[in-house]
Amino acid sequence: MSRLRLGIATAVARLVAAVLRVGGSGGTSAPGKVLLALAPQAIAQRSARLARGCAVISATNGKTTTSAIVAEIMRADGATLVHNHAGANMAGGIAATLIDQDGDFGLFEVDEFWLPGLVQQLEPRAVLMANLFRDQLDRYGELDQIVNRWREVAESPRSGRLVLNADDPLIAGLGDGVDDPLYFGLEDIEAGSASPQHASEQACCPVCGSQFTYSVYFVGHLGHYRCPNGHASRPNPQITASEITLRGLGGSSFTLNLGAESFSIGLAMPGLYNVYNAVAAAALAVSLGVASDDIVAGIEAASPAFGRAEALDVAGRECSIMLIKNPAGANEVLRTLASDNEPRALLIALNDRIADGRDISWIWDADFEQLASSVDEITCTGSRSVELALRLKYAGIAPERVRVEANLGPALDGALATSTSRLVVLPTYTAMLEIRGLLVARGAATGSFA
Amino acid sequence: MADLKLRIGALYPDQMNIYADRGNIAVLQRRCEWRSVDVSVTAIGLGEPIDPEQFDLIYLGGGQDDDQRRCAADLIERKRDGLVAAAARGAILLGVCGGYQLLGRWYELGEERIEGVSLLDVETIRGEGSRLIGNVAIETRLPGAPEGAVLAGFENHGGRTRLLDGAQPLGRVLKGQGNDGSSGYEGCRAGTVIGTYLHGPLLPANSWFADWLISSALGDDLELSPLDDSLELEAHAAACRAAGIAGS
Repeated sequence: MSRLRLGIATAVARLVAAVLRVGGSGGTSAPGKVLLALAPQAIAQRSARLARGCAVISATNGKTTTSAIVAEIMRADGATLVHNHAGANMAGGIAATLIDQDGDFGLFEVDEFWLPGLVQQLEPRAVLMANLFRDQLDRYGELDQIVNRWREVAESPRSGRLVLNADDPLIAGLGDGVDDPLYFGLEDIEAGSASPQHASEQACCPVCGSQFTYSVYFVGHLGHYRCPNGHASRPNPQITASEITLRGLGGSSFTLNLGAESFSIGLAMPGLYNVYNAVAAAALAVSLGVASDDIVAGIEAASPAFGRAEALDVAGRECSIMLIKNPAGANEVLRTLASDNEPRALLIALNDRIADGRDISWIWDADFEQLASSVDEITCTGSRSVELALRLKYAGIAPERVRVEANLGPALDGALATSTSRLVVLPTYTAMLEIRGLLVARGAATGSFA
Repeated sequence: MADLKLRIGALYPDQMNIYADRGNIAVLQRRCEWRSVDVSVTAIGLGEPIDPEQFDLIYLGGGQDDDQRRCAADLIERKRDGLVAAAARGAILLGVCGGYQLLGRWYELGEERIEGVSLLDVETIRGEGSRLIGNVAIETRLPGAPEGAVLAGFENHGGRTRLLDGAQPLGRVLKGQGNDGSSGYEGCRAGTVIGTYLHGPLLPANSWFADWLISSALGDDLELSPLDDSLELEAHAAACRAAGIAGS
């Protein structure tokens, strides 16, 4: 395809983007889809122009947050970013980002399913594969199939350096036989537990098929594992976190070990899952040759990404939004809430649109039982709010603590009215987008939005 | 109802749990507890045999293909005789999705054939086309339950299941795909052995069926004390609406 054709296609796509902005619907992937229809090689061609190359991040949970941390690190390193920061992570969104932004370094979070195809086009300097959990089975299929697609990525010469989670046995094994993968993981066994959560994935030894045994579980099936017959075990990670202290919704602190150097880190984001995101971001930065000081500065500067533990001020009230979309991610959010003793009202929003997953059965794999001993007033909202309330009933939460209001607007107003303490919102993806809009309309400080 | 006891056996809870099967067990358990019916849940894992005298209700959920293969081999080798004997003495056996397929005769994936325990006269073949995915509602005919009582849920299966030799379906499809997307039948029932593709999970959205299972497992003439099911009925109506029929 000629340079001219790409130029014309880019101009048309930019025009589409401008029209959409005038129409008030910014941030969609529509211009990218136009670009790809007119110039199918556009992603490869525009990506090749990035002077400092690009990096790719994929995971079931934490893509957007990890990318936000890497973005801070790369800015500290002096890069100008081309970055799909709002999470449009399929081909259209990435193409739209490439025409919409100018910079010298590309940072792309990529949907798990589309990773092989997009890596072929982007030819990144490094690919971070951070975790795989059960997620939206109606959309992605079973996890085995995603692992097989990721194996193609691991074996492709176009993937650059592999940055892998040593604690995730589904991912660590992808580094077998690969030239010099960089592993990251957690070393603080006090931060984990000796038994798994419900519905953890069962990973098996690739040699003998025996189920791995664990000395510690951190998040879901992430932990320290080995084959009972001695065939395979967790690789020793080069980039680690140790001495982890969690402070409820207030964040955490830990020691970041970058090879021989160690640094004390204060992280503004809550929960062990965000420690994983920070260590993953550090490992990706190391693979890109970023200096340690810039990595530390970037992690400490990072604030929660779009709808991920975002803290907003709504007419004088503190409000946190924490996306929930699958059992493993929801469990970590619920665990963080259970460990935090500050008074609060909870608004949980369950939608079943395509981007949320039509199948809502996952709420039965999430441990809402963790809220049973709290005293929160809980409002259930969204298109499947009744089933959510039913889930809470069977989790042992007293029905008098639970209100049901299917419409998001009245539910939000009701939750704000019932309590003067902090409001914590746990929405699925499309509910998160709607609730952010409603919060702006109710006076949320828009400066705090990404 | 203090003298009653429901003994539940949960087969392969570590492997066959993919569609939140835990929700089905939680509903059976709670609905017994709320009525002061003594209830126990025992996990039966790989390698363990089944003592048919020890269970009134045995549950088998769905898993990923590899897990299902491992469990199928174990089911034939270690558990078939126990399951057959449990069914013969009137215990309820409920298989959902992959569990349904394994209660049948076999599951064919191309050249490969995974043998089932043949308690249901059905065969399953991995279809050429795409998976059958979506909200689903069926009408049932069960002894002791209202004629046409509706089950609503979500289905997601690649296998197409066919009823053989006069096997009876669990229900007739009102909306959705059912056993194979074309026959109009969903699930299979032979006495107290029941298989279905409905998850979502099945029992939270269909509390009447949870109670039917509990009372059938405890003894046919038993009338369970009523519970405040207002939320359960609303959830059932919502699941019906999601499938595209009026909630009942």
